[in-house]
Amino acid sequence: MEALILTIIATSIPLLLAATGELIAEKSGILNLGVEGMMLSGAVGALGAVLWLENPYYGIIAGALSGVLMASIFSVFTINFMTNQVATGLGLTIFATGLTGLAGAPLVGKTIPSLPKIEIFLLADIPIIGSILFKQDFVAYLSIAIIIFISFFLKYSKSGIILRAVGDDHQSAHSVGYPVKKIRWYASCFGGMCAGIGGAYIPLVLTPHWSEGMTAGRGWIALALVVFASWIPWRIIVGALIFGGITIAQLVGQARGWPIPSQLLSMMPYLATIIALTMISGRLSKNNSVVPSSLGKPFFGSQ
Amino acid sequence: MITFIPRDKVSKNWIIIAPILSIVFTIFFGLLIFTFLGYNPLETLYQIFVSPFSRIDRISDILVKACPLIIIGTGLMLCFKSNVWNIGAEGQFIMGALLAGFIALSFPNIETKFFLLITISAGFVGGALWAFIPAILKTKLNVNEILVSLMLVYVAMLFIDFIVRGPLRDPMSFGFPLSKPYPEGALINKIPFPGIGFLGQLHYGILFVFLLVPVAWIFVNKTLGGFKINVLGSAPQAAKFAGFKRNSIIITVLLLSGGLAGVAGVIEVSANIGQLQPEVSFGYGFTAIIVAFLGRLSPVGILFAGIIIATVKLGADNAQMTMGIPKVVTGLFEGILLFFLLTGETLQKYKIKWSEGK
Repeated sequence: MEALILTIIATSIPLLLAATGELIAEKSGILNLGVEGMMLSGAVGALGAVLWLENPYYGIIAGALSGVLMASIFSVFTINFMTNQVATGLGLTIFATGLTGLAGAPLVGKTIPSLPKIEIFLLADIPIIGSILFKQDFVAYLSIAIIIFISFFLKYSKSGIILRAVGDDHQSAHSVGYPVKKIRWYASCFGGMCAGIGGAYIPLVLTPHWSEGMTAGRGWIALALVVFASWIPWRIIVGALIFGGITIAQLVGQARGWPIPSQLLSMMPYLATIIALTMISGRLSKNNSVVPSSLGKPFFGSQ
Repeated sequence: MITFIPRDKVSKNWIIIAPILSIVFTIFFGLLIFTFLGYNPLETLYQIFVSPFSRIDRISDILVKACPLIIIGTGLMLCFKSNVWNIGAEGQFIMGALLAGFIALSFPNIETKFFLLITISAGFVGGALWAFIPAILKTKLNVNEILVSLMLVYVAMLFIDFIVRGPLRDPMSFGFPLSKPYPEGALINKIPFPGIGFLGQLHYGILFVFLLVPVAWIFVNKTLGGFKINVLGSAPQAAKFAGFKRNSIIITVLLLSGGLAGVAGVIEVSANIGQLQPEVSFGYGFTAIIVAFLGRLSPVGILFAGIIIATVKLGADNAQMTMGIPKVVTGLFEGILLFFLLTGETLQKYKIKWSEGK
């Protein structure tokens, strides 16, 4: 049971990180559909770095940098060249799939050491809870720290309020003197960093070797999680755990030989995403205030 | 510091120049990345862009590969024009192929080619039904069609895998996940050329493209329906004032694009495979997104774009065989191409002005 919970947590961390990053980007008005691509880049970057430097911690840094690099490409085009965000995000995922396929080809068949668990002094000795919550790896702690940080950041810090203002009404934010494009660049790159680390977590903890398209749609599920969480950070934890649970449930089902065809079990995370989106969206359309109003709209500067 | 100044009217020159410049830039950046990753750039360039034209049967294979891309791309054009983001054509393609395959396999002895009219219609229905899910969710419950249509791709892939390994598996397939072969009436034949024989895999399915492109052109440019789609996409407020029914337009474009993707699925399977197997599409549904944009959301443009992208796809196959470059690398070119095409769209509407300092 304990092992099962640990697997569920591990499965949900890439989703959690990527969704948190995307939430910040979306709060600033940036809709980046390239999450899947940024995660793939993070994964291949981490694998390359760990194989080269032989230390899994460099994998986290490399993953973050790869994610930021991808987000920068997205930002140049959408923020500076004012391209359509939906199409550019799709392009980013397609681009990254090709790039990582090419960069990952020499890595095929090589295995990396996984990220070590860190026991927190005394707390780790608490029965059951201790080994679940306080014997995690660095990224797991980091992702919780990020969630707590951005919850406070968005609610109480001045920068957080400015970020939300930019996402809600970029014209007004601009006219009172906030640098809309610069703020969006930061938010977008933060999103890239989180998605990159989330992607890096996949080879660092879940499957320690490269395969083409190894993120398997997690980036898209992360996008759905942001909607599911109605742009409220802590709800992403709940959502990510539910999806982690569903993913693991279908794997357990396959292993235990439940009398349901394995393909139908594998559909569960995707079907659950559609169902979750449907339940939340109906409610959201009645209460439109949570969706950033300038989301996905290009900002043309002063005119 | 660069600033953008709106043009008084959309620049006509840019409409032609932008795609050409985009292709040039794409090749340049693609080669830069190849060089950086240690591949011979000129050899890659030759394999991807020149080798597909090196033999006549290869040229006809370009048409064969372009066929599904153009059909799907034409459907997606209708969606993108009206600002509806169907990115699940891959799933609609699969479901179309699957429904048509089910009907084809239900009549194992049929020989008349008129049967194709039924299977192709079934493909249209299968694809349209799959697209109906995001359509109804978007219009009734305001659910994002991007995520729903994409999630349904994964569901469709798993579903066909299940069907081919389970209910529709041929008991005589020696354990391979294959259905029975289609009856003669459900197969699309290769085109015989007098004196030459067959040109590669060139098949009669290509005729559908030559039928579709003019029909789509007339629909988009000369009918009220096409006009409504354009207005909804470019000026949603105006569409509202004009009393166009937003929801029925959204449902229509999704059904049409899903249906066309399904038809592409039937043609692909009936002409090139001849039975159902777990993988029928090879990413046509995603590639067609690029085709629609490269074709500037116009039917004639999409015809050319389909041929260009099919060339790159075949070239990538060649590069994989001769140089060991993974063929997903086409994504690299497609992504960069899309970035520059979209930038071109901005430059159509805005002039660049360079100014000193900040």
